Amino acid sequence: MTVAAFTFYAFAVTTLLGGLMTVMSRNPVHSVLWLILAFISSAGLFVLLGAEFVAMLLMIVYVGAVAVLFLFVVMMLDIDFAELKAEMARYMPLALLIGVVILMQLGMAFGAWDYSEGVAERLAAPAGEVQNTAALGQLIYDKYIMLFQLAGLILLVAMIGAIVLTLRHRTNIKRQDILAQMYRDPAKAMELKDVKPGQGL
Amino acid sequence: MESTILFAPLLGAIIGGFGWRVIGETAAQYLTTGLLFLAALLSWVMFLGFDGEGYTVSLMRWIASGELSTDWAIRIDRLTTIMLIVITTVSSLVHLYSIGYMAHDDHFGEHGHYKARFFAYLSFFTFAMLMLVTADNLVQMFFGWEGVGVASYLLIGFYYKKPSANAAAIKAFVVNRVGDFGFALGIFGLFMLTGSINFTEVFAAAPHLAETSITFLWKDWNAANLLAFLLFVGAMGKSAQLFLHTWLPDAMEGPTPVSALIHAATMVTAGVFLVCRMSPLYEYAPEAKQFIVFLGASTAFVAATIGLVQNDIKRVIAYSTMSQLGYMFVAAGVGVYSVAMFHLLTHAFFKAMLFLGAGSVIHGMHHEQDMRNYGGLRKKLPLTFWAMLIGTLAITGVGIPLTTIGFAGFLSKDAIIESAYAGGTPFAFWALVVAAAFTSFYSWRLMFLTFWGAPRGDHHTHDHAHESPAVMTVPLGVLAVGSILAGMVWYGPFFGDHDKVNSFFGIPAHAAAADAGHGEAATATDHAATTEAPAATDHAATDHAATTEAAPAEASHEAAPLGAIYMAADNHVIDDAHHAPKWVKASPFVAMLLGFLMAFQMYIRRPDWPAKLAANQRPLYLFLLNKWYFDEIYDFVFIRPAKALGRLLWKKGDGKVIDGTINWVAMGLVPYLTRLAGRAQSGYVFTYAFAMVIGLALLLTWVTITGGEN
Amino acid sequence: MISADIQTVLPEIVIALYAMGALLAAVYTSKDEVAPLLTWLTGGLFVVMAGWIGYNGEGVNVAFDGAYVDDGFGRFAKVVILLSAAVVLVMSQEYMSRRGLLRFEYPLLVALAVVGMMVMVSAGDLMSLYMGLELQSLSLYVVASLRRDSVKSTEAGLKYFVLGALSSGLLLYGASLTYGFAGTTLFSGIVEAVEGGASIGLLFGLVFLITGFAFKVSAAPFHMWTPDVYEGSPTPVTAFFATAPKVAAMGLFARVAFDAFGAVTGEWQQIVAFLSVLSMFVGAIAAIGQTNIKRLMAYSSIAHMGFALMGLAAGSAFGVQAMLIYMAIYVTMNIGTFAFILGMEKDGVPVTTISSLKMYSKREPLRALAMLVLLFSLAGVPPMVGFFGKFYVLRAAYDAGLAWLAVAGVIASVIGAFYYLRIVYFMYFGEETEALDGKMSPVLWVSLMASAAVMVVGVVNLFGIEPLAAAAAATLVN
Repeated sequence: MTVAAFTFYAFAVTTLLGGLMTVMSRNPVHSVLWLILAFISSAGLFVLLGAEFVAMLLMIVYVGAVAVLFLFVVMMLDIDFAELKAEMARYMPLALLIGVVILMQLGMAFGAWDYSEGVAERLAAPAGEVQNTAALGQLIYDKYIMLFQLAGLILLVAMIGAIVLTLRHRTNIKRQDILAQMYRDPAKAMELKDVKPGQGL
Repeated sequence: MESTILFAPLLGAIIGGFGWRVIGETAAQYLTTGLLFLAALLSWVMFLGFDGEGYTVSLMRWIASGELSTDWAIRIDRLTTIMLIVITTVSSLVHLYSIGYMAHDDHFGEHGHYKARFFAYLSFFTFAMLMLVTADNLVQMFFGWEGVGVASYLLIGFYYKKPSANAAAIKAFVVNRVGDFGFALGIFGLFMLTGSINFTEVFAAAPHLAETSITFLWKDWNAANLLAFLLFVGAMGKSAQLFLHTWLPDAMEGPTPVSALIHAATMVTAGVFLVCRMSPLYEYAPEAKQFIVFLGASTAFVAATIGLVQNDIKRVIAYSTMSQLGYMFVAAGVGVYSVAMFHLLTHAFFKAMLFLGAGSVIHGMHHEQDMRNYGGLRKKLPLTFWAMLIGTLAITGVGIPLTTIGFAGFLSKDAIIESAYAGGTPFAFWALVVAAAFTSFYSWRLMFLTFWGAPRGDHHTHDHAHESPAVMTVPLGVLAVGSILAGMVWYGPFFGDHDKVNSFFGIPAHAAAADAGHGEAATATDHAATTEAPAATDHAATDHAATTEAAPAEASHEAAPLGAIYMAADNHVIDDAHHAPKWVKASPFVAMLLGFLMAFQMYIRRPDWPAKLAANQRPLYLFLLNKWYFDEIYDFVFIRPAKALGRLLWKKGDGKVIDGTINWVAMGLVPYLTRLAGRAQSGYVFTYAFAMVIGLALLLTWVTITGGEN
Repeated sequence: MISADIQTVLPEIVIALYAMGALLAAVYTSKDEVAPLLTWLTGGLFVVMAGWIGYNGEGVNVAFDGAYVDDGFGRFAKVVILLSAAVVLVMSQEYMSRRGLLRFEYPLLVALAVVGMMVMVSAGDLMSLYMGLELQSLSLYVVASLRRDSVKSTEAGLKYFVLGALSSGLLLYGASLTYGFAGTTLFSGIVEAVEGGASIGLLFGLVFLITGFAFKVSAAPFHMWTPDVYEGSPTPVTAFFATAPKVAAMGLFARVAFDAFGAVTGEWQQIVAFLSVLSMFVGAIAAIGQTNIKRLMAYSSIAHMGFALMGLAAGSAFGVQAMLIYMAIYVTMNIGTFAFILGMEKDGVPVTTISSLKMYSKREPLRALAMLVLLFSLAGVPPMVGFFGKFYVLRAAYDAGLAWLAVAGVIASVIGAFYYLRIVYFMYFGEETEALDGKMSPVLWVSLMASAAVMVVGVVNLFGIEPLAAAAAATLVN
């Protein structure tokens, strides 16, 4: 067993373990942590494949941002997972059966896996000594420009959705109105009164 | 001209039936009547000017479906022209008569609108009947056949508020369906074997059919015989022959002019017409012809016996009609189609007149129909009396024996009886002679009961009995003339010597064929494709000797025989009939005389005899009065089992099995599944997701089992 | 090169740019007050685009190295999508305005969803397929929970989102299996790869893909979200869900089935037939128990998707033609039906219970009659147009040798007729209990009447849609 092979199996096993424990953990916070482990192991697998840019992205975006966000959300929510699980437990035998069936079938499919004839010519990645990042750039900004733009649109929709569903214009709270502040005319806003002593207004 | 005759009644029916609200009831009556008279006039013009040579007027493409291709066409030949004058004359007179007869009708109350409807039905019937007789192919004929059936249904049930009228209408319709089923099967069979429904082609194939056999039901039959028989079943239904006759007496529920038009003169003779029209086929179907003779003779006899004891004036005439139709079928069956047509023609005159006369009596007697309540009406209804007397003389066949001088029925009926003798069927001959005696008896019985003797029944009615208006008596007069003269005028063409008959019916000239043989016959008759046709008949050309042998049998394989009717080469019945012994020729007259004397004895001299006789011979009397118990037997054999079967299928089959299953599915299974589906829809996301995964697993399993060849 | 590509996707670009521009404009002006205007504007833009695509497009244009295919089939689907979306948008304006639901984002989200749908039906690559699908889905998730103060609406949005995410995951898994087999995500490449026969792995990929599509068209057993989402969403949104996205998803389904897997028709035919028969029966049977007309329409659409899938299951050009005709008719019927449902209200509050329709005919004879025509058409009663839709797919199935499927379809439609006719029964014979009131806005009224009229008049020649659908199907199946 070479070092590369050993590393691959180590990462692979860790990834699977992480995924499994994400589902199995009783504590949701633990789940997220297991998820982070799975992400990291996957990043390791990417590195092994020579896709270091994707690996870094995975680390930065998923581990660094998404997972942490998950963690906060999970910690803020007060969900009784135990109750939900109890409801689901009723279906456990059937679910297990189906899970096993699907697993066996997928095993069969992967066991007998073969590529179609002429797979190599159809691969999209540019051959030759191009750096990962550069190759990705070429694909994304050139060949896949439309898909890239569509992805942008999807993000836009996500943003709009987030705003539409959460933003509330409250009328009864005071807000800072900068323009009003700036255009404020002291002459109009204030009236100077000459109060004579002893008399009042 | 042909189209005018055909469509004038239809026009009248449409305008009268749908437009009377616009033009008014009276106008509708006169319009339809006027159009019918126009058609009648044209028919006579055509009949008298017709030279015997048939032709076809094509109106439009009608059906083109696969092999079946036919035009809507008018076929004009001697048969058609005869039927045209019969139909249009009687129909126009009946129209005229109805203006008087239907003027007041208690069935529809004071303000009921029924007249236009009645006239529209009459005109529609006339149109359908004309369609039938002018048909150039079997399907068109069937169309007319069913058209008259519908019209008959509508008119029998004209008094639709009367349950008995409705029942009679339905009975007529249903019994006719039985016959029509046979007719339709016959048409199908002809089409199957000849590939055509046009008369010309069917006739041409007739000799071939005689040599073909066809499997039907359980065994093989001779095609010509089987098809001829099936067609005759249709004729049996329409012409009320024995076993399918039960509807005709009941059909008297309709207004009397309807009985005169439909159930005496025209529709019921359609069966006879059919057999004559299909004569080229029947000539090759000896067994079927034999059957027709037998059945016709039986009908004539049975109907005459029943007629002896009936009391309803219209029923007596109805049974007489049935009996006379039997005569016609005997004539057709022995192969003298011209004589059958002859009797059809004369019968139309005198029977229509008898019905109209009876209608006049009924009208005068305030819709009293029982003869036992008549009597001594001679003075009160003089015109009707004379007309009825002429009709009776005609139907009983009064004339001078061994000459051709006599009333219409004398000539035509005697011709049939002679033919029956010549046809070599003693049973038919004797049955007809006896029936002639019975005919005479019941006809005179009717006359004596109605017009002689003392008034019976309700005094009030008798006091108010009155002669009918001119609009009703004039048609009687016209028909009376026909009843007297029709026989003597047309004796020659229908039953004269061979040449006359042949030339009248357009059967090709024979003299040329006799000495020239086939080839020249073709040129002589000027029909390129019909070389063999005259050859087939040229044997007949050697006529009177009646000894020459048949012409080459292979002759007539390709083309249809010319002429309106066809008599096979070995058919000498007409000649044989002419040469019948004297006693045969005199026998109907003797029978008539016997019948008259019996009637005179029983109803004028000793009016108490009938009652005594009925009491003495009670079983026989009841047997006849109940019409040989046909209705009862049918009720027992067909109707009750059919109803029982229907009830079984309804209650058990439909109710339990079919409804039960449907109910179980609709009320049990589906709601159960609905509840199941409702429960599955729990509202939990994981349930939904679970369902998706189960579906996925199912699909994956399916693919694993069936797919993936490598 | 790039300019030709842009030329091909110009309609999508125009709509996307319009959405973004309008968004900016609205944010910086009076916000929700321009929403009605924007709604009409968006609807108008859809109609213009539909006309543009319908009249201008010709031939087969492949853009972006095969990721986008503009052909007759796509154009047919796009025109149907755009027109139905336009009508539904315009119909919803008054209803939503009155209830304070009409936010200016709504028409723009719909516009972006439509862009997604247009990409879906024109996809030539698994990636563009997925992008279109997600763009559409995400917009729909948002509009489903538009009435964010209502528990039902938020629940609907959330359920839709979660289950949609699951289906997207399955679809992606299938896409990766396919990619793993073929080495490309291009349909043209996949079809090449499977020509030599499909391995079990590829078939699994196909199954996963179909699972994803089946979820989008709400075919049983991936339909469970439909009733809940239809019921929870605001009614105009439900109307939208029931029309354009269904066309897009069916179009996508057909495109993948024929463009990518056309060489192994036999492999997916069975699966589609299975989905079809299950959907027809589940839709017909489960609908019987419903008391809410929106839920009922959900089951109705499940059953109708079963029929449309039957056309697809035929696996022939005629089958695709039948499917396209069926979808066009289905969309027209649903527009009319939802116009009617949008008009159901009492004291200004929308009512969706079926029993509230009792004796509706007495109060509003014309509307009841129009609804009757539509319901008959939905049930497939001749001589309404809906019958011909069914007739086409049944014939396609029969011609393709799937006689059992056709028979099952007939049985299912008989069962299904029950609940449609039950509404008719209520409208005409029921006992009046809580009478509905409420006028109908002119737009709704016109939509209802026009749709009903189409159902009757269309029997003449289906408005000439048949040859168009045939031509469209011919470009897909060859």
